[in-house]
Amino acid sequence: MNTVAIAQQHELSKVQLLEFYRQMRLIREFERECERQYTRGNIKGFLHVYSGEEAIAVGAIACLGPDDYIVTHYRDHGHALARGMDANGVMAELFGKATGVSKGKGGSMHLFDSSKNFMGGYAIVGGQLPVAAGLALASQYNGERRVAMCFMGDGALNEGEFHESMNLAAVWNLPMVFFCENNLYGMGAPSAETLAVHQQMYRLADAYGMANYRVDGNDVIAVHELMLDVVHDVREGKGPAFIEARTYRIQGHSIADPANYRPQEEVDYWRAQDPIPRYRELLSVEGAASEEELDEIDAQVLDEVIAAAEFAETSPFPPPEELYTHVYSDQDRG
Amino acid sequence: MPQMTYREAVAKALREALDQDPRVFLVGEDIGPYGGAFAVTRGFWDEYGRRRIKDSPLSESAIVGAGVGAAMAGLRPIVELMTINFSLLAMDQIVNHAAKVRYMSGGQFSVPLMIRTVTGAGASVAATHSQSFEGWFASVPGLHVAVPSSPHDVVGLFRSCREMEDPVIFVEHILLYGTRGDVPDTDYTIPLGQAAVTRSGSDLSIISYSRMAQLSLAAARQLADEGIDAEVVDLRSLRPLDIETVTESVKKTHRALVVEETTKLGGFGGEVASQIQEGVFDYLDSPVRRVAGVEAPIPYSMPLEQKAIPDAALIAQSARQLLGR
Repeated sequence: MNTVAIAQQHELSKVQLLEFYRQMRLIREFERECERQYTRGNIKGFLHVYSGEEAIAVGAIACLGPDDYIVTHYRDHGHALARGMDANGVMAELFGKATGVSKGKGGSMHLFDSSKNFMGGYAIVGGQLPVAAGLALASQYNGERRVAMCFMGDGALNEGEFHESMNLAAVWNLPMVFFCENNLYGMGAPSAETLAVHQQMYRLADAYGMANYRVDGNDVIAVHELMLDVVHDVREGKGPAFIEARTYRIQGHSIADPANYRPQEEVDYWRAQDPIPRYRELLSVEGAASEEELDEIDAQVLDEVIAAAEFAETSPFPPPEELYTHVYSDQDRG
Repeated sequence: MPQMTYREAVAKALREALDQDPRVFLVGEDIGPYGGAFAVTRGFWDEYGRRRIKDSPLSESAIVGAGVGAAMAGLRPIVELMTINFSLLAMDQIVNHAAKVRYMSGGQFSVPLMIRTVTGAGASVAATHSQSFEGWFASVPGLHVAVPSSPHDVVGLFRSCREMEDPVIFVEHILLYGTRGDVPDTDYTIPLGQAAVTRSGSDLSIISYSRMAQLSLAAARQLADEGIDAEVVDLRSLRPLDIETVTESVKKTHRALVVEETTKLGGFGGEVASQIQEGVFDYLDSPVRRVAGVEAPIPYSMPLEQKAIPDAALIAQSARQLLGR
């Protein structure tokens, strides 16, 4: 296999390394297009983009098998695309169209795809944690080897459901990963002022006797290498694990948030940590990919995103009778 | 016909579910060696083992949410919330997730989760342990709410509920566990959304559910001695609501008395009264009348508590007033 010595612990093929780049670029361009479409009025409601955090979803989700479960929060476009969900269907969902992944019923914050075991974006902070524990419980009950990967922001650590779920997963030894994307803010509130252990969030897991790790969330290779080992251990029945990945939102909390509360020097520092230029430079320096190859990927994802927006725009809205479908299964069957 | 208590009926229904469906497992606080706070699952731990009888931490949100996730994965969890008062600690999972996943996923996932819980006042356990929130859940599209009043209905409704593809709140009443009744030795079922006329009459319709449906029957027996012939309708489920059985009854009797245990302001009886008036106003000989709990928290002291919730005498008295007697 054509491997490249970028990773420290694991051998990664060039195909995989380029796929990481493609996915991160796809997410970034997709989010840019979302912002454009929001200002054009095609996307409504809340729009929380994942720009800046791509290395986490891409590095972590690549460690999962097709049977594993993914549960996430409202900033969920990146996880959906990293899981291989169709960009057309995701964009159409954001447009509220009948061709959306959830038929226009969920929108940006509630993406689902049963064919990918993508079990949903959940927009009540912390609400996804017990659900993920239940998916892990089902795997354990059935004697399967599925892992439930649950993403949350740092704000979720302040919810009661965090404690309940961490404890439940620990006492029942559930095959589950609690993945905290620490982007330093819960909406506009800095975690430094809202979370007692904000400098070492991973240590919260010590209180539950749970394996815990910290990783640079803007380094896709570091995330991926760590998660290969963590997912392996969780799958082998060694119990749940907690990850803290430090990262940063390039944009504000949502499109409505200019994020004026963030100090300029902090924004500048993190801009220099942008995971995509960092990774591109790494690939170049290590000779893993030529500029031409990377430029070609850039062009390809741009086409994909433009096509997705076109697909969404030309798709029909759901007909009025869709109001009452999917409320109850027996009614849908007629 | 075999007789059993309401408690035994719940246990029978649970055992059937566990015996017949390997996807079924129970989760709850102290449902294991302790046997359940109301002794419903006594012996289950030894019979079925810890894989299927999961004693949980005191974490209502986590156990309901775990039920949501397990149900999305194709299992049939039955989660016990020790009392409906504790459901407040699981509201996010019940209302925001269990009830919404099917809709928001465009039908990709459903949540065949049963939540068993215990409602009602009258047990001298004071205000935080004596509430009746089933009407709240009835206001949430995506949920089903079953409110059995007898051992017979417990078994029949439970059999239907555990076949549902969508979440059910199965609401047992704290003061009904010791009551006895016939449970046929057949595999009968009672569909949700099918009210029962538990006593036929011609002078007025008393509409109620759960324990108040039993008290309404008692009141009807008192009234019969006075020559008043009351019909009693037991709703049996609040969502779906079988308003047709109610309105058919009112078309016959021309008078409606709606009885419930919780407060009148915001109580489910207001919905029933409103739908009667929307549907069969022209048949009414007098305004719909309501009997409900007082507008105060439920007190601890027994004489006070007895005044806080309706009893058969109050229901009978209200019926007489409705008839102008």
